[in-house]
Amino acid sequence: MLNVGKIEEGFVLDHMNAGESLRIYHDLKLDELDCTVAMIMNAKSEKMGKKDILKVECPIDMLDLDVLGFIDHKITVNVIKDGEIVEKKRLYLPKEIKNVIKCKNPRCITSIEQELDHIFVLTDPANETYRCKYCEETYSRI
Amino acid sequence: MRHLMSPMDFSVEELENLMDLAEDIQNVPAKYAHKCDGRILATCFYEPSTRTRLSFESAMLRLGGKVLGFATADSSSAAKGESVSDTIRIISSYADICAMRHPKEGAPMVAASKSWIPVINAGDGGHQHPTQTLTDLMTIRSLKGSLSDMTIGLCGDLKFGRTVHSLINALIRYENVSFVFISPPELRIPDYIREDVLIKNNIPFKEVIKLDDVMPELDILYMTRVQRERFFNEEDYVRLKDFYILNKEKMSLAKKDMMVLHPLPRVNEISVEVDDDERAMYFKQVRYGMFIRMALILTLLELV
Repeated sequence: MLNVGKIEEGFVLDHMNAGESLRIYHDLKLDELDCTVAMIMNAKSEKMGKKDILKVECPIDMLDLDVLGFIDHKITVNVIKDGEIVEKKRLYLPKEIKNVIKCKNPRCITSIEQELDHIFVLTDPANETYRCKYCEETYSRI
Repeated sequence: MRHLMSPMDFSVEELENLMDLAEDIQNVPAKYAHKCDGRILATCFYEPSTRTRLSFESAMLRLGGKVLGFATADSSSAAKGESVSDTIRIISSYADICAMRHPKEGAPMVAASKSWIPVINAGDGGHQHPTQTLTDLMTIRSLKGSLSDMTIGLCGDLKFGRTVHSLINALIRYENVSFVFISPPELRIPDYIREDVLIKNNIPFKEVIKLDDVMPELDILYMTRVQRERFFNEEDYVRLKDFYILNKEKMSLAKKDMMVLHPLPRVNEISVEVDDDERAMYFKQVRYGMFIRMALILTLLELV
């Protein structure tokens, strides 16, 4: 059994689909932060069979949970302070996401306008559908 | 300050007010001839258009205002690589209102977010063309008396035709409107219109390939052109461009009071022999377009 020690302050992101943690590491831009990250892959899970876990040691206001809600709102977020879980956060699909995904429509203004943010707006929560704010191109997560 | 990006930016009530104003302008033009004295409209057209640009310019001139602008991207600073955001900031210093056409979808929205003056989307790629929709609504209301209780047939390119998508979205807000979509299988309405707009709102519709079969049931026939610029593949364009041609023979199957509309320019999807038919309304439609643009300019400049 592989053991990874407790963290004093930060987040434990649990119940990620097995194999997803590396992508989420990059999506959360953890490589750009000055913090220690432990990535546990293929851990046994009663609920999921196999799962990934990310432990991030950082001040708790450092992570953009909106992005995490977009990536996978079923992830469990445990907030850790003084080595204890102080809060379990529920994630929601964010109403708007900025610069997480890019619009793939070659006719969209985002393809040529300098430094224009790529913004997607949640238009159909039931089907988890986002549309580009500018050209309304669909990005469907299902 | 308000902009116009999509026909859905206006509520049904606001649209009614706009069309009432356009009707009054049409009936008593002298009352409005100096409403825009001292005001300037900038027409920023990054892709060629004669009808829409001249319609905007004529609208502003008839209101007593002046116009400036460019008619192609080559003759603007876009050719030097200037962004839309920068261009609109410059235009905002020179003009009081701007009508923008751009081949890139969402460009007028970017402009509106940086602009100090009202921006009107005069067509952005295959996305939106709100003033064409306002024109269509104005024409139907003026000639039919109302926007409710009708069966409207939309024929031709229903996949890339932005005017078609906007018109469907606008018309479902009125009572007892049903649709007949006539197109080759390759140019059917997109799934999101079928599912998210029509099925979700319980709007009656059917999709057919042959125009002749449905002619007798239509109150309005809205013809569209298969547009070369929307195809990435020339072969597909050549194969589909002449799929429908409306002629006298087909018109003989239609109701006596059916109306034929077309956003123009037509190529050969309506035979010239139909032009003399009293049900051909597409040239009248152009004039309604100018009146509704006059009403829009006055409304956005808050001169009403």
